[in-house]
Amino acid sequence: MAVKSMKSARGRGEAVVPLTVFSPDDIRGDFPILQTTVHGKRLAYLDNAATSQKPQAVIAAMTRFYYSQNANIHRGVYELSMEATAAYEAARECVRQFINAADFREVVFVRGATEAINLVATSWGQANVRAGDEIILSTLEHHSNIVPWQILADRVGARLRVIPINEAGELCMEEYEKLLSPRTRLVAITHVSNALGTITPVQRMVRMAHTAGALALVDGAQSVPHLPIDVRDIDCDFFVFSGHKICGPTGIGVLYCRQAILQAMPPYQGGGDMIETVTFAKTTYAPAPQKFEAGTPNISGALGLAAALDYVSGIGMDRIAGYEHQLLLYAQEKLSQVKGLKIVGTAAEKAAVISFVLSYAHPHDVGTILDGQGVAIRTGHHCCQPVMDRYGIPATARVSLAFYNTRADVDQLVQGLQTVKEVLG
Amino acid sequence: MSDLRELYQEVILDHAKHPRNFHTMPDSVRAADGHNPLCGDRLKVFVQVEDGVIRDISFTGSGCAISTASASMMTESLKGRSLVEAQAIFESFHDLLTTGDHADRDEELLGKLAVFGGVREFPVRVKCATLAWHTLQAALKGSAEPVKTE
Repeated sequence: MAVKSMKSARGRGEAVVPLTVFSPDDIRGDFPILQTTVHGKRLAYLDNAATSQKPQAVIAAMTRFYYSQNANIHRGVYELSMEATAAYEAARECVRQFINAADFREVVFVRGATEAINLVATSWGQANVRAGDEIILSTLEHHSNIVPWQILADRVGARLRVIPINEAGELCMEEYEKLLSPRTRLVAITHVSNALGTITPVQRMVRMAHTAGALALVDGAQSVPHLPIDVRDIDCDFFVFSGHKICGPTGIGVLYCRQAILQAMPPYQGGGDMIETVTFAKTTYAPAPQKFEAGTPNISGALGLAAALDYVSGIGMDRIAGYEHQLLLYAQEKLSQVKGLKIVGTAAEKAAVISFVLSYAHPHDVGTILDGQGVAIRTGHHCCQPVMDRYGIPATARVSLAFYNTRADVDQLVQGLQTVKEVLG
Repeated sequence: MSDLRELYQEVILDHAKHPRNFHTMPDSVRAADGHNPLCGDRLKVFVQVEDGVIRDISFTGSGCAISTASASMMTESLKGRSLVEAQAIFESFHDLLTTGDHADRDEELLGKLAVFGGVREFPVRVKCATLAWHTLQAALKGSAEPVKTE
């Protein structure tokens, strides 16, 4: 995983961050919440796939905006407004660099990955998907990469096709190949499964989609926080992610879309800021990305996101990926020693997510008891009911790691599972 | 830990591991499905009513310890009760879980169900404890729509 990602970093001609040993102890102090206690216990926050914690730098950037920079953007002729506009557009450039898009105009700020997918499904989808057309998804998809396509398909009479997964939680590539046809308009696929941690072969899948004449959307909600991302390397047409999963604030996210496609797409929402001229007879639209950012945007959110991307870039996404992979191996090793515990999702290529079930306890009870031990994990279907159905289980307990997690967090989890055994075993 | 023991009392764990009245009933009997999408709990409650009295009641399905134990203990406490008594027990049970207010609570009617008092300290688990009860209400009303608690 880490090796492959280093190659992509080199590919874009950047200096490779020297792989000095990363120690989370050096940066844990940057996260105020990690210093707090829960139920009188040290907090072991292991629900990073749901949302990440925020470093001081992000909190400060947002506070600074409201303290000393706040003004609406784009049309003000006064100093503050011009400063706010510059900061907002600098945040866009920051995102462009982070995902290595060719042009800042390919970056649209949205509320999050969910809104980005809805934007594509509504705008591009209604203009380009017709009755009888097909959209290919996979069993691994989060509900946010299923439901918008279902709504579109119902509206236009298109059909959803689903790539199955094997027992390990990997996509069945031969099935994918069979599903591709001249009817395929779009392949919309997750980069990293939030429920199982599976890393999907997006480059290859995008290439296959293009060969079949289809476009490709990659849901990067779970990959952006954990792997170096190069959208030109992946070669996808759409790439979406949420800021809050990569140390940024909630309510801000990104749609990356290839320039030629984005400029041709009809508006998503109408309003101020997305127009050129308005008369009751006719409105002409601003060019992208403004065309897709109707209304006053989440300015402080964009600034917070930029601060977050700067922060993780300062550590280095390669080092983050490498460290998290080591921690994943440690956690898997420790958990595999817990009696009655079964890990669900054992793909060869995995991000730092471990879903598991216990033979003697329902995930929901596991979550409650672990909470009492200061361990925060997620339990349930993780907005992936098709994945749960695939394994014939109603729910799992899910541990998802971030670079600020330590072996001590994992040990606290394993210790907490001892308590689960004592109470329910 | 003390709160946890309060939540997972021996009686609750016993019913969770060995649910009583855990079986289906013939199609002729009233039944309803309950689903808690939050945690994936699914259960089905069967109830046989004659002359305003619950003659028999059972359930099937899978869920967490709290929802399974609650369903199991519900069937035990309601079998043989009149519908009026059953409604009073449900209301007392609901109060027990949601408010500290004893005013409307009939401790005698509640009986063993009082062990669920610890759930009040875990607000996200209240839905687990009430799922079977809401499902029963749906069965009694003859509702075709599955009950959802979230």
